[in-house]
Amino acid sequence: MSEIANTQTGEISAPFAKRFGPWIFLAVALIVLPLIFSSNIAVYTMNLMGIFIIFALSYNMLLGQGGMLSFGHAVYFGLGGFMSVHFMNYIEYEVVVLPMFMLPIFGGIIGLVFAIIVGSFSTRRAGTVFAMISLGIGELIAASSLIFVAFFGGEEGVSGDRTMGPVIMDVDFAQDIEVYYLIAAWAFVTIALMYLFSRTPMGRMANAVRDNDERAEFIGYSQRKVRFISFCASGFFAGIAGGLFAINFEIVTEENLNALTSGVVLLMTYIGGVGFFIGPIVGAVVFTLLQTVLSNHTEIWQLYVGVMFVLTVMYVPQGLTGIMAMHIPAYRMKRLSGLVVPYIKAGIPTILMLSGIVSFLEMVHHVRAAALGETMMSLIGIEFDTHTVMPWVISGVLAVVGGYLTKSQMPQLREAWEQANAPLDSGEGASS
Amino acid sequence: MSSAIQLNDVRKSFGPTEIIRGVDLDIQKGERHAIIGPNGAGKSTLFHLVSGRYKLSGGHVHLNGEEISNLSPYEIYRKGLSRSFQVTNIFPMMSVFENVRCGLMWSKDYKYSFWHLVDREKELNHRTAAVLEEIGLTSRQHVPAGVLTYAEQRALEIGIASAGGAEVIMLDEPTAGMSHSETDQAIALIRKITEGKTLVMVEHDMGVVFDLADRISVLVYGEIIATDTPENIRNNKAVQEAYLGAEAEDA
Repeated sequence: MSEIANTQTGEISAPFAKRFGPWIFLAVALIVLPLIFSSNIAVYTMNLMGIFIIFALSYNMLLGQGGMLSFGHAVYFGLGGFMSVHFMNYIEYEVVVLPMFMLPIFGGIIGLVFAIIVGSFSTRRAGTVFAMISLGIGELIAASSLIFVAFFGGEEGVSGDRTMGPVIMDVDFAQDIEVYYLIAAWAFVTIALMYLFSRTPMGRMANAVRDNDERAEFIGYSQRKVRFISFCASGFFAGIAGGLFAINFEIVTEENLNALTSGVVLLMTYIGGVGFFIGPIVGAVVFTLLQTVLSNHTEIWQLYVGVMFVLTVMYVPQGLTGIMAMHIPAYRMKRLSGLVVPYIKAGIPTILMLSGIVSFLEMVHHVRAAALGETMMSLIGIEFDTHTVMPWVISGVLAVVGGYLTKSQMPQLREAWEQANAPLDSGEGASS
Repeated sequence: MSSAIQLNDVRKSFGPTEIIRGVDLDIQKGERHAIIGPNGAGKSTLFHLVSGRYKLSGGHVHLNGEEISNLSPYEIYRKGLSRSFQVTNIFPMMSVFENVRCGLMWSKDYKYSFWHLVDREKELNHRTAAVLEEIGLTSRQHVPAGVLTYAEQRALEIGIASAGGAEVIMLDEPTAGMSHSETDQAIALIRKITEGKTLVMVEHDMGVVFDLADRISVLVYGEIIATDTPENIRNNKAVQEAYLGAEAEDA
């Protein structure tokens, strides 16, 4: 019995701590986080993270669990947002009487309805056909958002006021922190639901169809119906995320359902790791941090995110979560300490190399974008003149020397990695 | 005895080329039936036609008296016919345990349920464990199916096909590419899982065929030239000329 129980996460007879530990941890973390990070910008960032976590997890129901590469997932997110913001206005004008915290439900419902409509034909095939249809539908809805102004509000979008709903227990959502706890509650519930979905016969068959859609038909399942159900569930959760977005920002525009947003969710899911349930969570957190923190410091942050995406696809297709998971065997064998020194040895030159490359890119950007005659720029507090040779030489030397040293450390790192994983398959992902 | 599978004038063309040219075949319930024939005779195509992977160009297929011509594979599976594949066809990224469990789910009536948690379904998991025991992969149940050895993947392939308890099981070259000892194990396994069921198999290894089959059909260029007991097939002049030759003497 215990052998069965240990399969995957071991739901049957796993001890209480193992079964519920991660969920209790998540709940506590969600409650405590704003007490630790209480500044406005932190709460703003965490709100965005919560929304993106739900959005990215819903996306991974397609990509990671169902093997469907969608280029138009923002459609369901955006429509959920529009529907919710309309209901926000209905509440304000007392067309309907509803508490504000229920709004994401309507987002979810319209996401589901549109997923049923689109899924009915787009899930016939996976692969390229599905991807192309998703792209087409994405463009179609984004274009019609500028045509059907009554629903989409044209270029300026639709705005509302979340504070106009009935006040329940003194909560009127005037403060960001109140919205934070609303998002946190929804995030907790939807994460749990999406996790549970992956553990149902339907969720398992989604994996099976992803792995081998033809064989799934020979064990009794219609691959199309399996994809369709996953697709609908995914649209529903994306709509909920859109509803929370509407509450958080009180405005929804065409930008929230166009290809850019669809690209963003693909990016963060992939960077996080599509092969793991928590991958999209990690991806959403990292991406939001990059977006908010990095964009405060540099105007070309999107370039860095793009490069990061390309590097992820090329070198660590399992994503950030995959990198962490790679260390589990060594951790279990208590050999992780053997990796610390090689990591530091390879990490320092890598940082040197990166700082060389980054300063070069920043200087190029400064030369191109700075006001005429302004030649001074500052990087991590150091002021220098970009129209002199020295900064360029320094950045070049940093990049080249850092790169060389990193490369020279790689054999040692690989060796340490192989030692740490000796009895098992030695992974080759000695990435720093 | 009544028929498990009945083929009447089954035909299949790809473009102008007719691959299956009017096959009539009657497979009895409970028999172990082997289909043999030279390469390119259309054995796998015939399998694909019966199991729904290909659409028929003509003719009829009946399963337990019910017409199944041109139904989709999952509809045919639900009527009690399960099959394996010549080229290993498993779910590579899922664990061995999950592979077998997925093979069981429809027969346990879970359908497209998203309100059961598979890990909590004791009966389902017990049965999965039993199938794993049967195919000898209990110790490998946690590894991704894609990393199994070839012979293990073949065993898993048979496990997935038989897990759901289908009455008719079709195995497409179950021992292809196996060593002698692996083949012996595979034969024992096939005997075990098809006990009391109808087995149809395509097989190149004549040892396996004459060991397992109650009756043999010989398919040559899309036509069945003989269907008989192994003994009579061995002595059939037409078969010897068309196909068996020295191989039959060896066997």
